[in-house]
Amino acid sequence: MSTPRDWVGRRLGTVPGGEDGDGAFQVVGKAMPRVDAVSKVTGATVYADDLSFPGTLHCVLLRSPLPHARIRRIDVQEAAGLSGVVAVLTGAAMPTRFGVSPSSEEEQALAADKVRYVGEPVAAVAARDEATAREACKLIHVDYELLEPVTSIDQALEVPMDEPIHAASKDSNVHRLAALEFGDVDEGFAASDHVREDVFFYEGSNHLAMEEHSATAIFSDGQLTVWSSTQSPHSVHRALSSVLGVPMRRVRVVATPHGGGFGGKVDPCSHEIVVAKLAMITGRPVKCTLTREEVFYNHRGRHPVLMWVRTGVTHDGRIRAMHFRTALDGGAHASLGAATTYYTGALQPATYDLPAYRFEGCRVFTNKAPCGPKRGHGTPQPRFALELHLDKLAEDLGMDPVELRRRNYVRPNSRTVNGLRITSCAIDKVTDEVLAASGFSRRERRDGHGQGFAVSAYLCGAGTPMYLNRMPHSEVSLKVDRGGVTVFCGATDIGQGSDSVLATLVAEELGLERGDVRLVTGDTGLTPVDLGSYSSRVTFMAGNAAIEAARKMRATLVAAAAEHSGGRPAEMTVAGGKIGPLSFDQAVAAAEELYGTLGSVGSYAPPPSISASKYRGSAVGPSPAFSYSAAVVDLDADRVSGEVRVNKVWIAHDIGRALNPVLVRGQVEGGVYMGLGEALMEAQAYRNGLLHHPSVLEYKTPLSADMPEIEQLLVEQPDPEGPYGAKEVGQGPLLPVVPAVVSAVHDALGVWVDEVPVTPEKVLRALDARAKGSDPRTGPRSFPKIPYPPCEKVALPDAASATL
Amino acid sequence: MLRLRVNGETYETLTESNETLLEILRERLGLTGTKHGCELGECGACTVLLDGKPVLACLVLPDQIEDAEVTTVEGLADGSALHPLQEAFMALGASQCGYCTAGMLLSAKALLDEQPDPTREEIRAALAGNVCRCTGYASIVDAVAQAAQALQGAR
Repeated sequence: MSTPRDWVGRRLGTVPGGEDGDGAFQVVGKAMPRVDAVSKVTGATVYADDLSFPGTLHCVLLRSPLPHARIRRIDVQEAAGLSGVVAVLTGAAMPTRFGVSPSSEEEQALAADKVRYVGEPVAAVAARDEATAREACKLIHVDYELLEPVTSIDQALEVPMDEPIHAASKDSNVHRLAALEFGDVDEGFAASDHVREDVFFYEGSNHLAMEEHSATAIFSDGQLTVWSSTQSPHSVHRALSSVLGVPMRRVRVVATPHGGGFGGKVDPCSHEIVVAKLAMITGRPVKCTLTREEVFYNHRGRHPVLMWVRTGVTHDGRIRAMHFRTALDGGAHASLGAATTYYTGALQPATYDLPAYRFEGCRVFTNKAPCGPKRGHGTPQPRFALELHLDKLAEDLGMDPVELRRRNYVRPNSRTVNGLRITSCAIDKVTDEVLAASGFSRRERRDGHGQGFAVSAYLCGAGTPMYLNRMPHSEVSLKVDRGGVTVFCGATDIGQGSDSVLATLVAEELGLERGDVRLVTGDTGLTPVDLGSYSSRVTFMAGNAAIEAARKMRATLVAAAAEHSGGRPAEMTVAGGKIGPLSFDQAVAAAEELYGTLGSVGSYAPPPSISASKYRGSAVGPSPAFSYSAAVVDLDADRVSGEVRVNKVWIAHDIGRALNPVLVRGQVEGGVYMGLGEALMEAQAYRNGLLHHPSVLEYKTPLSADMPEIEQLLVEQPDPEGPYGAKEVGQGPLLPVVPAVVSAVHDALGVWVDEVPVTPEKVLRALDARAKGSDPRTGPRSFPKIPYPPCEKVALPDAASATL
Repeated sequence: MLRLRVNGETYETLTESNETLLEILRERLGLTGTKHGCELGECGACTVLLDGKPVLACLVLPDQIEDAEVTTVEGLADGSALHPLQEAFMALGASQCGYCTAGMLLSAKALLDEQPDPTREEIRAALAGNVCRCTGYASIVDAVAQAAQALQGAR
């Protein structure tokens, strides 16, 4: 019997079966198609909206046309009377508030008292078909009392004209304030030879996953089942239970094969709860699929962030102190915004060794579509600001910008000023690789051509769960019998290939091929809990849980094979579908004879040592490992038109170990692509408080013809705690791309565009400013006055807690 | 009553005059391999071949397809033998979430039917109406180039 909590943060070793073995892999590291590739290319994959059940009712949500208004009255009588309408629902039926984390439970499935953004759902119709439901929505009469909308960070910081967007935020539209100080920042500035301040702005953006959100619910025999294109069936499970008042044991959430997430399907959504409620009311299956326009309203995308940074350095480029301020435009709801706020400050010390660091963050509510987590969650914005700020500091010092960074890089096996544990860290190596491949230091110097360099760090999974508990972050169970091998895990394949990762790891441990491993994933009724596909956590966390379960099963099968063949367990080689002298099937039969029903489980939670300091917000930042990325962007920028054309991107990524190079390549290139999109075009932009372009046509993204060549360089230095040494790749490679683009524009034209996306207009404005002899830049001029509280002074990790 | 051929099979189905080919395929004929990402002709997810030419199924109405030949993703493979485009998409990881894949495959097939030996620029141009958010397009362009070679070799 194991001792209590001995599973937490367990190190499993990096070769099959544990610490033994010669390190030669049969499946791990091989370039192979994803396990569901045939279904994906033949159209056989059944996504959420492809599901249909007999007698299904179709649900359409009536959404607010106003950004800020009280709801005086909703009259649904006429809509309910329309032929074909089976049920009409308003917020009064679901008063319980919910949110993705306990600190954000302020949303209602349908707004009952007031609306806070254009597109907020206020009523829902279930009808025999979608057209009837849509028609019925037009017959719902909502009597609104207009309130003054708040549409900018500046406006949100003023005293509200009518009333605050959320009553709970006490006569203010400030959602969250953070103020932390690690080390003595004032002393650090006093000891600096040079101090510099800069202001930056990063525009918000939408995930634009190709699949629009869709959910179907069935309530029968006292059990509720919801199929949804969600990244976190566990979060939906919790929200459904809480809002509908049905115990979790009577709710099952199935994450359907996923048409793209990028963070946009992490939050439990209104439509998921509404279809469930309607199924309970009508006794029939109810489906709701959002239109593209509705996806833009549902949003939860990248926060627009205004940033101010002040850094003191010595003559030789050593950072003595940094002070970083952020102001986030959160939109109308909390979502994961409290965490996002802390993420805008958490990872600066995970890249650069800051002896003293002050972070002040502020998130405000505005009457716009709610922001939330998008690939990189709260870190692409400060990464952009920090890297460009360092470029400018290097220019001030007359120092090479790469050398300035290198002098401040974090070291492997160290502890940051904010208490984060750094273990494997290939930041130097990714820098070397990308510089060597791109020839950055020997780049062609001519007007209109430039290269930019940047580095970044990212988490391999959030170190703390979204709601406080000490249970596993990921759980796996494994069933093996004469009928085969089945892995059960709550992890959700959102296209990143987590099913393939699970199959790879279990096949490797059991000496099988991936195709021999059946997968049941993302189904809260069948699979043990996994918290969801976010924060690049699945490979590390579900992967380790799967290895643990498989390793226990392997030991059982080895023991049975030894017993059956009269050999010793140590002689039982597990490979190529054999266990010792027995075939895998014979070994399973022998084990069933000896031990009865076979099953094993694995659990994962990060070790407590990932964080050494306790402070408000200290749950944000710690991770069992960090990945590092470096990028060089080569581009041409046109002095006359202001257009920027990216020629090539070199990206080096500290992957630990590439479990499947095909999947890794896809994540690296996809991350670079999304970074280029945010650097050059993507913007969830508003005009006069209205979403400017809620359509695929107007929301500009790079297309195939826009994409430059991408050269990727994988650095494989196995992490001591990663599954076979693997680290994340889903988010990290996006991060350095955005600042590297802006740095390259400066290299090409000598002007700074301190605000993304870098549009031709902004480039021309900066050139114009230079021509007129003013500051050669485009970007925010100042940072607003924010009522930050006094900083919580956090003691530096002491020598004992710094022990890794 | 609408009569059309889809993947070589003749179908007769009732439709509304404002029903799109996308809806007819997915909801009347049960061919859900064709996806929707906008219903406004902006994303390319619903690309199918109409008499060999790529069209956006969400913009095609019944009176445009009477007796037409439609090819969808379900019609690309020959039984269990996959089309070289499908093989290449699998091998190179050109399908991640897979939601744009049907449209990508059909745009690519239209290109290769027309131009068996395309340059990378021609491939990129042919796919410029199909949005993909996962791959960054590189593996897709590579896969189309690889499929073109495989098809050339088979000729």
